[in-house]
Amino acid sequence: MNTAKKQAELIKEISGVNPLKCMKCGKCSASCPSYNEMDIKPHQFVSYVINEDIEALVNSKSLWKCLSCFACVERCPRDVKPGKLIDAARQIVERQKGGDYLSPDEIPESLDPDIPQQLLVSAFRRYRR
Amino acid sequence: MKYSYYPGCTLKNKAKDLDAYARACAKVLGFELEEISEWQCCGGVYPLGSDEIATKLSSVRALNEAKEKGQDLVTLCSACHHVIKRVNDDMKNVEDIRTRANNYMGLEEPYAGETKVLHFLEVLRDKVGFDTIKEKVANPLTGKKIGAYYGCLLLRPGKILEFDNPENPKIMEDFIRAIGAEPVIYPYRNECCGGYISLKEKELAKSMCDKITESAAGFGADMLITACPLCMYNLNKSAVSDLPVYYFTELLAEALGIREEVKEEVGNK
Amino acid sequence: MQRIGVFVCHCGSNIAATVDVKKVAEMALMEPGVVHAEDYQYMCSEAGQLRIQEAIKEKNLGGIVVCSCSPRMHETTFRKAAEKAGLNPYMVEIANIREHCSWIHKDMEEATKKAVILMRAAVAKVNLNAPLQPGESRVTKRALVIGGGIAGIQTALDIADAGYPVDIVEKTPSIGGRMSQLDKTFPTLDCSACILTPKMVEANAHPNITIHTYSEVEKVSGFVGDFTVDIRKKARSVDMSKCTGCGVCQEKCPSKKTPSEFNRGLNNRSAIYTPFAQAIPNVPVIDREHCIKFQTGKCGVCAKVCQAGAIDYDQKDEIITEKYGAIVVATGFDMIKLDNYDEYAYSQSKDVITSLELERIMNAAGPTKGHLERLSDGKAPKEIVFIQCVGSRCADNRGKSYCSKICCMYTAKHAMLIRDKYPDVNVTVFYIDVRTPGKNFDEFYRRAVEEYGVNYIKGQVGKVIPQPDGKLLVQGADLLDNRQILKEADMVVLAAAIEPNPDVRKIATMLTASIDTNNFLTEAHAKLRPVESPTAGIFLSGVCQGPKDIPETVSQAGAAAVKAIGLLAKDKLMTNPCTAHSDELLCNGCSQCANVCPYGAISYEVKQVNDHGIREDRRIAVVNTALCQGCGACTVTCPSGAMDLQGFSNRQILAEVDAICR
Repeated sequence: MNTAKKQAELIKEISGVNPLKCMKCGKCSASCPSYNEMDIKPHQFVSYVINEDIEALVNSKSLWKCLSCFACVERCPRDVKPGKLIDAARQIVERQKGGDYLSPDEIPESLDPDIPQQLLVSAFRRYRR
Repeated sequence: MKYSYYPGCTLKNKAKDLDAYARACAKVLGFELEEISEWQCCGGVYPLGSDEIATKLSSVRALNEAKEKGQDLVTLCSACHHVIKRVNDDMKNVEDIRTRANNYMGLEEPYAGETKVLHFLEVLRDKVGFDTIKEKVANPLTGKKIGAYYGCLLLRPGKILEFDNPENPKIMEDFIRAIGAEPVIYPYRNECCGGYISLKEKELAKSMCDKITESAAGFGADMLITACPLCMYNLNKSAVSDLPVYYFTELLAEALGIREEVKEEVGNK
Repeated sequence: MQRIGVFVCHCGSNIAATVDVKKVAEMALMEPGVVHAEDYQYMCSEAGQLRIQEAIKEKNLGGIVVCSCSPRMHETTFRKAAEKAGLNPYMVEIANIREHCSWIHKDMEEATKKAVILMRAAVAKVNLNAPLQPGESRVTKRALVIGGGIAGIQTALDIADAGYPVDIVEKTPSIGGRMSQLDKTFPTLDCSACILTPKMVEANAHPNITIHTYSEVEKVSGFVGDFTVDIRKKARSVDMSKCTGCGVCQEKCPSKKTPSEFNRGLNNRSAIYTPFAQAIPNVPVIDREHCIKFQTGKCGVCAKVCQAGAIDYDQKDEIITEKYGAIVVATGFDMIKLDNYDEYAYSQSKDVITSLELERIMNAAGPTKGHLERLSDGKAPKEIVFIQCVGSRCADNRGKSYCSKICCMYTAKHAMLIRDKYPDVNVTVFYIDVRTPGKNFDEFYRRAVEEYGVNYIKGQVGKVIPQPDGKLLVQGADLLDNRQILKEADMVVLAAAIEPNPDVRKIATMLTASIDTNNFLTEAHAKLRPVESPTAGIFLSGVCQGPKDIPETVSQAGAAAVKAIGLLAKDKLMTNPCTAHSDELLCNGCSQCANVCPYGAISYEVKQVNDHGIREDRRIAVVNTALCQGCGACTVTCPSGAMDLQGFSNRQILAEVDAICR
């Protein structure tokens, strides 16, 4: 198995998603609150995994724009749940060395006295291994 | 009635008031929240990778402790509720996760999702009853127009959270009626506030919160209520409108006539 | 011991590619009783049948086994062939080595082994077969049609025109069904009422048709050719023979707050009502639940104003019992409830409506007298958004797994009609795929785009967001332009999935007709017997069998009628000789068989029996062979082994099992 294929399989395994169930209705992209910030759109996540173009997916901006709000997961009529795919791709990146999207050094400058602990915990969990 | 209670990190720090109001109200309403011993942070987000086990263990510990005490586990923070409820569903229905988590935990009796997880609002609705609350309200918030802000974590995925209809919920609206105020239904009440993204994408989070508050104000809300410290932070921080945002427990305390005394108590800590 | 012949079919390569057919024939010769075995390319062909017949005669065969496809395909073929050669048709056994073997296996060695085993079992069984003679049963030359929509009306007309009496049982106060609620019909845009009412009138006037409206089928017994049906005629509270249909009672009725079913709850009707102006019969019913007289005892206005003295508050439900030879199910459909689709704000905004509600709004007799207006404020809309596939094609338990088939066309129709009548209104359609197979259908859709300027956008809608000013913000995806769209609309129309009428489950149970997971009635063969239920004498017409539009429904209604006529034209039917019977000496009268019998074929008699010289009266099960369908439920339930099935005796089945285990 080549690397791309292996990675595609890994994404399917981590996410538990079968991308072949997608009927390309676009309901995910219609629901996504971060749509305009994304370079690869939610409905496209599925084709990238099917086409085993994981390189593009893991290097996309979209990876870090997903809010994990589950709107696409809730509304997907085919039980595909694109949000799970993007989350799996994110984890592939974070599990590699140097894949972190957030460094503790960045915190002081973005810290304000009202930030709830929950925010920092969530951000670290989402952005780092 | 006694419940095991999982407060979570934020309720011990930035959102002390959310917690204090809840405990005080529980007393008035005749139930007790017994904080579980040595709880650990839930992690703030539910690990979506189906192969992650370690990140689910803190929830399993809390769930198991409630099980050993024979109590339901009550949560208050939306994030804790979301994570613990979903991990519980995994422990109940996903054999692989159950086996691996139990192997790791080495409990005397394996944990298999026996504990019932209830959000504080669910306790109010299903255990106390909104009718009873209505009777106990000493200081009804008559005339106040309140928009309920649900956010994502309490509602989705609907099949697992089983909290309410994820596209048209009513539990908070019923709560608002119970404390004597008028609920304002607006379409953005179940849209995302931006969550943790406000750390690095302030503008994005701000634009999302603007939509929410504008919509609520447009439909005539005077104020918003939420159950989530992060939603509270984002809505307060980013919103263009000056709608005040309260924790729902604070307004419950006000309706029950104990707001000021709790406020004082929290302030003195 | 019988003299047995075994015939192994290649079915072209269907069997021969996976099963070593020569080996099966070779092995057959080693089985006890087998005196002849051969293989052939197509046993069902004329030449194949001839080979069987020749072998029967030449080798003086007493029983044959054909190793071929499912008995559902060709058992009858081979039985008839054997009969022509002088063999009793029940001395033919089929070993299914196609569906049960070659089609599901890949490995030739394994498949051949299994085919040999299946052949052996059939040989073991045929060895114990005895010649059986079918009996005869009579045919009641009258048909019942359940459901009075376009499907039921068309079926009834066709059967009646062929000269047979037919009854229509319709649950609501009038025939007409869904089609009567439609404004215009695709692809020719003729007015629905204009083409439907002549058919309703024709059915009403036809000497061979009896219409029972406000009636329901309550009980069905019997079997093909001889069904007995109880029909509950609900109390109309109006005497049909006296009422002139003047309508004064409806005008004067003081209770006018019941949502009109016919107008989908968009306006109200009186408690005494006919659903619509062209209703047949034109006789109102009193909805007792909402009638002041029935609820409080006071009122009686309708009786006072009725010149004909037709109001009868004391009328009671009446049960009539009729005999039928054939039953056609035409129970139709409804739209799904939209409770699971609150993201479209259907329950939150009056201006989000279903397509069927739009039909009523567009109709001159509807709640807005045909004016296109918002239900919230009565204003004329300027922007209308249609959303397709609401609840269709879902794999998530929220909606239906199937395509509802009619929505693409009726949405194009709605869009076109609106653009035609109100050229200043913009129409946008969000679609996933536009599915328009059918004569002149795609041309129709293209006309909506090219001539009427309807804006089609490929992509679903995520959410409909009501605005404080009463407008609706539609958040959707445009997959071809790869952008998210926020479109302001005055009205949103949802093409909700259709589902079979929920009553169909109850009716299917009464008829022992099978039904699929979506509540559509199952046909006897998906391709070759599409209008027959697997239960003999039951036929399917219209959407109760699967989603279809009007032209298709009418064609199918005709086809169902032809099948029913074919049955009614027969004077007698051959009955299946494979029926159950009980051994008087073994039966202990426990009633367990009667409890499981789905056809009500078992009763009990007290008979004097001679058990080893002791004479005594015993309660014994007796099977009515006319009712027994040979399902075998009684034989496996009987604790004492007294029940046995001709052609499938306990001995025969055990011999098969033995042969398989050998």
